Amino acid sequence: MQLLFESLFNGVAIGSVLLMAALGLAIVFGLMGVINLAHGELIMLGAYTTYVVQLIFKLPALQPLYNCYVLVAIPLAFVVSGVVGILLERTVIRRLYGSPLETLLATWGVSLILQQFVRSVPMAYAAGLILALVSGFGLPLLLPSGWFAGARARLIRLGSWAFSAFLGVCLAGGLASQIDRIARADARNVDVTAPQWMRGGLEMAGMTFPVPRLVIIVMTVMAVVGVSWFLNRSVWGMRIRAVTQNRSMSDCLGIPTETVDVLTFGIGSGLAGVAGVAVSLLGSVGPNVGGSYIVGCFMVVVLGGVGNLYGTVLASFAIGVLTDLIGAGRLLSVWPDMPSPLASAVEFFATTSMAQVMVFALIVVFLQFRPAGLFPQKGRMVEA
Amino acid sequence: MFQSLQQRRWLLVCLWVLIVAAIVAAPAILPVFRLNLLGRFLSLAIVALGIDLIWGFTGLLSLGQGIFFALGGYAAAMYLQLSNAGDLPNGIPEFFGLYGVKELPFFWHPFASPWFTLVAIWLIPGVLAGVLGGLVFRNRIKGVYFSILTQAALLVFYNFFNGQQKLINGTNGLQTPATKLFDQYVGSDLMQRWFFWVTAVVVILIWALLRWVVRGRFGDVLIAIRDDEPRLRFAGYNPTLFKTLVFGLAGALAGIGGALYTVQSGSASPQFMEVPMSIDMVIWVAVGGRGTLVGAILGAVVINFAKSLVSEALPESWLFIQGGLFILVVTALPEGVIGWFRGEGPGNWLNRLGYCLNTLGNWLIRWGNALIRQSTAFPWLNYLGINTLGNWLIGCGHALNSVGIVRRIGTYPRLELEGQVEVQP
Repeated sequence: MQLLFESLFNGVAIGSVLLMAALGLAIVFGLMGVINLAHGELIMLGAYTTYVVQLIFKLPALQPLYNCYVLVAIPLAFVVSGVVGILLERTVIRRLYGSPLETLLATWGVSLILQQFVRSVPMAYAAGLILALVSGFGLPLLLPSGWFAGARARLIRLGSWAFSAFLGVCLAGGLASQIDRIARADARNVDVTAPQWMRGGLEMAGMTFPVPRLVIIVMTVMAVVGVSWFLNRSVWGMRIRAVTQNRSMSDCLGIPTETVDVLTFGIGSGLAGVAGVAVSLLGSVGPNVGGSYIVGCFMVVVLGGVGNLYGTVLASFAIGVLTDLIGAGRLLSVWPDMPSPLASAVEFFATTSMAQVMVFALIVVFLQFRPAGLFPQKGRMVEA
Repeated sequence: MFQSLQQRRWLLVCLWVLIVAAIVAAPAILPVFRLNLLGRFLSLAIVALGIDLIWGFTGLLSLGQGIFFALGGYAAAMYLQLSNAGDLPNGIPEFFGLYGVKELPFFWHPFASPWFTLVAIWLIPGVLAGVLGGLVFRNRIKGVYFSILTQAALLVFYNFFNGQQKLINGTNGLQTPATKLFDQYVGSDLMQRWFFWVTAVVVILIWALLRWVVRGRFGDVLIAIRDDEPRLRFAGYNPTLFKTLVFGLAGALAGIGGALYTVQSGSASPQFMEVPMSIDMVIWVAVGGRGTLVGAILGAVVINFAKSLVSEALPESWLFIQGGLFILVVTALPEGVIGWFRGEGPGNWLNRLGYCLNTLGNWLIRWGNALIRQSTAFPWLNYLGINTLGNWLIGCGHALNSVGIVRRIGTYPRLELEGQVEVQP
């Protein structure tokens, strides 16, 4: 019984990281039909944001608050990845709506650039750049809109961007002078140390639960609840769903579809950033960290059925539990006197990478019977 | 008409003579290192041809060609390892000793035969591609879902090959330079030269084969699948069968490319199956021009040469350049370079140039006329040569106009077809 419970916990833990990473993708892919291969790199940006925030909180002035840096990192990672995502949507992806294969290739190019960017640009300057972008995009929303109409509009726009650039330079200079480790470009992997309260495990009913895993599970639950509330209950969520169902009709009814696109993409990318916080708590962070998640994320979305949040949740937990079941060879410990050919087969797959092989093979077999995933979209569209 | 055809034929003959001469003479001109690189890139061009066939002509974007590439490479490397293992303990390749394996795994045995290997190099990847593709196409999974599934399959194979030390030496791969073929070391200059020639000939043969395939009725069906699959199905064809066949063919080509690449690069390793490698293969085709066979070959060779040159000079910047190239090609040049040349690209440019020349010519004529009018009103201006200047300007203007007009006539108007507007799901 205890064994079963432990296995279930491990599976849920693996699945929740996967779900966290796949949630943003499910929104972007499921609602917009956009394949974003740079999603993994947005996760990486979130992880690096956590790293920078952690270093900032190590400064003497902020040392007393060090324990709650994760709470600051989560919204910051959301904003950083979200802004990069919005920039991506505005510059590249919006030109390619309707041609998913081209989007796939272009976003792969973006992911290459982001990887090399992280390698060859010092974190401090990157932080400054992102602050400048956030403020440049954000100021027109914050300032009274009257300022941006009329003759002086262009001047004020220019002024707001200049101010943003100034802010960015200040941040970059400040960070670079205060924190040595991010003043130079560094291609090596970095480690995020969890705060004191997050280390170790929680003893309960004779089992230990690692606290970072628990934190990630809580984060995931909150994210899923938040996203489903947003999509199903809020006004903008309703607009997003409307645009998903029928873009031209929504346009006719006065829904600003371009704004909806930006919003959807920004939220999806932002969730990738939050996933990055979770990822950084689990292991070291490097420029390639995104690549190891991206295929798994796509598998979750395909298995769950496109455009369905519950499918995504179920699929990621199913994959998590299966991975743990196969990868740790649990079947063997549940059923020790298994016939020997079967036992050797189970042992053959009892490593993390071989478990992935097995799980993907199972997914492909599953898709043979349910080509549209667990919860296919119902509709009367002629399936071409 | 007849004359121009003859001229074109002469041009073609000249081109072919040039190509053959270049291939024959390349070992004499290029240093050994560059020749080896060229040979490798030509074998990559074979893979690119396969991708062009399935993506450019059939519209199936596979991100998993690395699987078939690696399988071909492993088949060749296994034969080379086995044929040189006679003197070693247990009569099996050396690396098995590291993992305490005493007996050859069963699937190695057939690769002792050169004939089996020669067939296996293309048959195994081809059949595997056919089976995998058939399973996917049967369910009418297509578009991006197909791409994602091929990528997942790639990851599966990568993990498998990477993890199995005892079967195929895991992440280290199989090395070939120290093995012997025809009593020569595979890594020797002589063998490398021959491999280069073989590769070049194979590229040309496969190009000819694919040209024949895509220009026939089979090719028409492929293009129909790309452009409007439901209509093809309603017309009574079975797209699944064609897609499976063509995906198998592309897999077989990737296998051949992989085998030739392996003997020239010196190892077959799971790195062939890394995700970036397979996407790179797609981008060679995209840059060269999908739907044009020459584009695939040129794209593979030129981009790889650019990559090796840039990586030698500025190792940091290649990823930036490559990423930028992806974005640029997809957004600005969707037909690729060759496609752009064949399509309206140069015509458009000439057209625009002609328009500019015309405008400039008209301006000059107007100015010249104005000057002459002034000089008739004020005769003393003639002494300053204004009249001559005006005449000269008018002459220039007419000349420019005629050049511009000729250019504009040279570009025939293209039939504008409304592209099918895809609706967001």
